[in-house]
Amino acid sequence: MHESIQVKNITKTYDKVIALNSINFEVEKGELFGLIGPDGAGKTTLLRILTSLLVPDSGEAFMNGYHVVKDYKTIRNIAGYMPGRFSLYQDLTVEENLEFFATTFGTTISENYDLIKDIYIQIEPFKTRLAGRLSGGMKQKLALSCALIHKPEILVLDEPTTGVDAVSRKEFWEMLIRLKNQGITIIVSTPYMDEAGMCDRVALMQKGDILQIDTPEDIAGQFAKKVFAVKAENVYNLLRDIQAFEHTHSVYPFGEYLHYISKTTSNIKEELSNYLDSKNHKSVKIMTVKPDIEDCFMELMTKTVNNGE
Amino acid sequence: MLILFGMPIAQILIFGYVVTNEIRDAKIAILDFSRDDITREITNKLTSSGYFQVYEVLKSNHDIEPALQRGIVKEVVVFEHDFADNIKRNGSAKVQLIADASDANHANLIVNYTRAIISDYAKDLAGIQNMPLQIVPKVRMLYNEELKGAFMFVPGTMALILMLVSAMMTSISIAREKELGTMEILLVSPLKPVQIILGKVTPYIGIAFINAVVIVLLGIFVFKMPIMGSNTLLMLECLLYITMALSLGILISTMSNSQQVAMFISMLALLLPTMLLSGFIFPIDNMPLVLQWLSYIIPPKYFIIILKNVMLKGTGIFFVWKETLILLSMTIFFIALSVRKFKTRLE
Repeated sequence: MHESIQVKNITKTYDKVIALNSINFEVEKGELFGLIGPDGAGKTTLLRILTSLLVPDSGEAFMNGYHVVKDYKTIRNIAGYMPGRFSLYQDLTVEENLEFFATTFGTTISENYDLIKDIYIQIEPFKTRLAGRLSGGMKQKLALSCALIHKPEILVLDEPTTGVDAVSRKEFWEMLIRLKNQGITIIVSTPYMDEAGMCDRVALMQKGDILQIDTPEDIAGQFAKKVFAVKAENVYNLLRDIQAFEHTHSVYPFGEYLHYISKTTSNIKEELSNYLDSKNHKSVKIMTVKPDIEDCFMELMTKTVNNGE
Repeated sequence: MLILFGMPIAQILIFGYVVTNEIRDAKIAILDFSRDDITREITNKLTSSGYFQVYEVLKSNHDIEPALQRGIVKEVVVFEHDFADNIKRNGSAKVQLIADASDANHANLIVNYTRAIISDYAKDLAGIQNMPLQIVPKVRMLYNEELKGAFMFVPGTMALILMLVSAMMTSISIAREKELGTMEILLVSPLKPVQIILGKVTPYIGIAFINAVVIVLLGIFVFKMPIMGSNTLLMLECLLYITMALSLGILISTMSNSQQVAMFISMLALLLPTMLLSGFIFPIDNMPLVLQWLSYIIPPKYFIIILKNVMLKGTGIFFVWKETLILLSMTIFFIALSVRKFKTRLE
């Protein structure tokens, strides 16, 4: 059995809103799999179905061969789940929380201490502090420890780094990679494109559909069009003017630059530069950049929007 | 919307029927030492008035106390020996009215109605026979000789307060987990619903029991309530009642999604029925049949009966085993229903 997670035609609707539209994918054992997409893409719903918290309208899903609806009791033993919202007992201390969840799963802290050691050691100095009074990053580390305490075979993390500072985010991902190296299958959702690069494979999600599944490198590599980073003094006017430009395929803010993709294939740089001069933009800078996963995502999104219309 | 329009209608109907000071078919017992025409006629007058219903006919003085202890008969009317002869000879005869005053207001009401009927009869008889005569009623309020209001209110208040406090404690407990998101993580653990529910109820039993003890002590020392029966029995019954209320709270909690809803339900759904239909303020016997049936599913009703029996009448478990059994089965029913209703998934 190579697939840790199998998702087959999973559909879920809330009232009339389609949260998941016939989703299919597989995650291999020991893989770090990312679900990337904006809010409302259906990531949380999908993860809740996998952890047996929700029942899909149609389709099936398996975790290590166990059916997420029929074998939900088994699923609850083999999966470690960290919800998007901080869900530990705020009025218990760090240590009490960990002990509580260890007991809940019929184990003890010392039994699986090896697994959580790397993470727990960072919050151990605060073990008598109430969980509600930890910083965002430490809360997430505690939540991860609690999700790991019963040595799950599959770890399901819902936006674990949302609301966490950049340094803690980086640390957190390093921990995930260490866990992966210990053979735990990890499925993680995130709205941050830059985190996608840390995953083995990612699924780009948008409005209940999976747009593409591949390794982050391949997704970026498949990107056929040239991407230019553009910068000028007045960024707001620049964005408006480029949107009005006849050759523009798409343009969107990317950090301090705008990323520009043209409809034409040749002389893009000169055309754009001439156009911007005619609009009196000052200190214009245009340079070619290597497309990354966010560019792909933007491209895929515009595609689906256009197809939809 | 249902609450906005339904509540006032339901309340008006319930209040209108419950809040009355009339008595209707109050059950009485007759102990007639004389068995002559006059006592028979008085008995007929009592029953034909529509206020009373003769539930049993007693044989001796020893039957009086047990009859009242059982709680169905609210008053015993005792006619002295040679009742008719005494009237003919002396122009006066004695009748004793022994009322179950564990519900003081009700007892007062019953006694007054009885007196009025008897003195009416005496007047009629005097008119016919054309001679002054009187029937002297001697009243005894059993279990609460001085008709202290506290004797009536303390058991009712105990039932009300323990019910509300206990139910409220547990009703917010599971709803709070849902609100804080901790339920999500409890659900993905292998804990069984029954473990979660019993785990929620157990610690509160201790807290609520302390409450109960404090209330009983206040009743004894501040309101001078007697405890005629066994202390142990009283405490055990309190414990049972608390557990029942906590289980009811858990049931409310499993069915509501937020603490506010849970609070609202436990206030609304428990406060009014407990006040109106438990026999706390208004005697159940005087309600219309529909409401009387409704009162059978109001748990505090049974606790109030138990309390009055143990505290005022000094009866033992043999007189309250039925009520105890009902409370016990209600507890089990609530726990079982909560476990069934407990959602093992989100939504």
